[in-house]
Amino acid sequence: MNDTISHRRMDRRSAVKWMLAATATVRILDTETWAQGEPAQSGYGTDPSLLSGEVFWDRTLTPRQLRTAGVLSDIILPHVEESSPSASELKVPDFIDEWVSAPYPNQQADRTVILDGLAWVDRESQARFKKNFVELSHGQQLEICDDVCYQNTAKVDFETGARFFTKFRNLTLGGYYTTEVGMRDVGYVGNVALASFDGPPPEVLERLGLDQAPW
Amino acid sequence: MPHVPATKTKPEYDVIVVGSGAAGGQTAYTLAMEGVKVLMLEAGRDYDPVTETPMFNTLEQAPLRDSGTPDKPFGFYDATIDGGYEVPNEPYTQASDKSEEQFMWWRSRMLGGRTNHWGRISLRNGPYDFKPRSRDGLGFDWPLTYDEVAPYYDKVESLIGVFGTNEGLENTPNSPDGVLLPPPKARAAELLFHKHGRQMGLPVVPIHRAVLSKRLNAKRIPKWLHPNNPNAQRILEQEMNQRLACFWATYCTRGCSIKANYQSTTVHLPPALATGNLDIVTMAMARRVELDDSGKASGVNFIDKVSGLDYTVKGRIVVLAASSCESVRILLNSKAPGRSEGLANSSGLLGKYLMDSVGASLSGQVPMLENLPPHNEDGAGGGHIYVPWWLYKEQAAGKLDFPRGYHIETGNTRRVPRVDSFNFLAGRTGIAYGKRLKEEARRYYGSFVYYTGRGEMIPNDDCFCELDDSVKDKWGIPVLKFHWKWADSEVKQAAHMQQTFASVIEKLGGTVLSQPDPTGKKAIWPGGRTIHEVGGAIMGEDSKTSVTNRYSQTWDVPNLFLTDGAPFCSNADKNPTLTIMALAWRAADAMMDQMKKGDI
Repeated sequence: MNDTISHRRMDRRSAVKWMLAATATVRILDTETWAQGEPAQSGYGTDPSLLSGEVFWDRTLTPRQLRTAGVLSDIILPHVEESSPSASELKVPDFIDEWVSAPYPNQQADRTVILDGLAWVDRESQARFKKNFVELSHGQQLEICDDVCYQNTAKVDFETGARFFTKFRNLTLGGYYTTEVGMRDVGYVGNVALASFDGPPPEVLERLGLDQAPW
Repeated sequence: MPHVPATKTKPEYDVIVVGSGAAGGQTAYTLAMEGVKVLMLEAGRDYDPVTETPMFNTLEQAPLRDSGTPDKPFGFYDATIDGGYEVPNEPYTQASDKSEEQFMWWRSRMLGGRTNHWGRISLRNGPYDFKPRSRDGLGFDWPLTYDEVAPYYDKVESLIGVFGTNEGLENTPNSPDGVLLPPPKARAAELLFHKHGRQMGLPVVPIHRAVLSKRLNAKRIPKWLHPNNPNAQRILEQEMNQRLACFWATYCTRGCSIKANYQSTTVHLPPALATGNLDIVTMAMARRVELDDSGKASGVNFIDKVSGLDYTVKGRIVVLAASSCESVRILLNSKAPGRSEGLANSSGLLGKYLMDSVGASLSGQVPMLENLPPHNEDGAGGGHIYVPWWLYKEQAAGKLDFPRGYHIETGNTRRVPRVDSFNFLAGRTGIAYGKRLKEEARRYYGSFVYYTGRGEMIPNDDCFCELDDSVKDKWGIPVLKFHWKWADSEVKQAAHMQQTFASVIEKLGGTVLSQPDPTGKKAIWPGGRTIHEVGGAIMGEDSKTSVTNRYSQTWDVPNLFLTDGAPFCSNADKNPTLTIMALAWRAADAMMDQMKKGDI
């Protein structure tokens, strides 16, 4: 099976990393950072079962990366009310993990942006406040976000962060609004069997000043 | 009722059909229902929509939330197996490295082929569409008239079930009373387009799609389709009763487990198999047509993809229905001493006049549609309305700078959100994060309109496929090399589409999301992308100027027929599948007639 092979490969790679880590300075012997896996070698193939709900590849973000992603995604889409929970309540960080762990070219390109960005966020937090991002006050976190949240106007110094924030926001929005709860929150109410399709309800027709179609 | 392994085929069949999609399905259906013994070869695996379709499955249940990947280009749930614009181990090549001179060839390797995921848009060609050269001097006339094909459109529509209305518009034929199923109600943005489009002179009318808006009349239709054939009537009645009406959920591109839309695998093959007259071998990759000493086709040589072994099956008639280009490829590969040009190619036209539809699209944002009360617009999956080509008079008066026409299809505004649906949000609103970003998402969701054109391409000398002898697929079969070049007429048509869509969006009070392309050069979709691949073995009046006659029967080999899009000698703006089925039915009738007479 492909799985076995890729796991074996992964093991060898992690082993090499551990060796490198062991010979390096104490500071980078951070097990949380180094526990990071490699993305799978192959995807779900051209004929996967569409019904099995199978998980096709392992997640690869570290607990630390996931915590940072959780705080950031909740800044982007916070808890507003029960019908509009926060991004992390809808497991958006796990979706982002699934995304950047996928073996496909688009996702691999995003992986680079996301991993570099998550590292940048903590570097920036350390530089400004001598703490990691998740340990900052909400106000301090927003201070960093505000410098990178508009890619077009961000300062050149913040290029990595700004590119990351845009990508991360898109994935957060995508991950959020493709959940059952997120869809309802944004106003999608389909995917239910109906005895008849009756067109728009009267209040919609009224708002648009339209009559039902003549057919 | 057999799916049989390659080792268990009968010694001989009346007809061998290569391919199981719209063309192969229809051909096999017509023949098997009338008692003809048929063997079908399908290059992909067996596929059962009843048990394999992800009905109601949510995006959360799919990897990457159903986003497209190289493995599944139209998304995880798309009813395509081992397919896409690339197929594993089955490459094709391009004559040019310029992207605008390349052809994108969509294939799928599964029983039922591309019918499992197609858009189900089922439009009849009109009278003009069969005689285009007579009207404007371009391209080719068909050796057929609309009136000759009309009875077959009636039959196909009755069998597969098509909703729509009769509008009596120019070159947009009505169906006889009682044939079409009622159209679904229009959605909010469609009604808005209906109102404003009409003011602009656009005839916005219900589209025709092969979806059961109500159940088919299983008592009446089988009797009408198969007079004097009680066995066929009984079988079709049973199978029609298995088909339920659409419950207005689950996009048709996933296929349909309740058989509410047309797929070869739910509509054509079950009754054909129930007759006991059809055997199907899947994973059977056709390599070439075999000839006997008299120059007649004697069977088909194929590779069993499971064992890798070669088999030859014998038949009195051979039908290629493998998709236009694949059928051409099989014929080009059917070489023999003294026949290096392939089979049925005495005209030298095999592979020539490959066509696709002209495609171009534009999106817009319409403030009037913002913040609408949530309501369910899934409907019948695809669009409920369209605009048939409407500028016949202007064109006749010389007011347009391109020949032929296009129809307009629309996208749904309140579709299920996708991963990339909100990529625009922060840039557009200036809101970077927080509660207000959610408010903006709610405001904008459902406010984006999308218009896309499907236009007629004139066959030209620069668009063709040939064998690339230097590249072989995994099975050792030489692959196709494509040549492609849109002519001026298509590019100008794409420019006109852009202009029209921009005017519509403006009329709705909206703004375009990208600047319309005044040249059409950037807007025109690459060849093949629309997946309306036809031509390559055009039909005509004689053996010098065409590959097949009016029955899709090759001039050179009388017991060899092509019932897919290959014999199309023009590609009207109307989506080709319905016409493929009508002509396949007609060709099958001709086969039975000629067999009865002893001609073949």
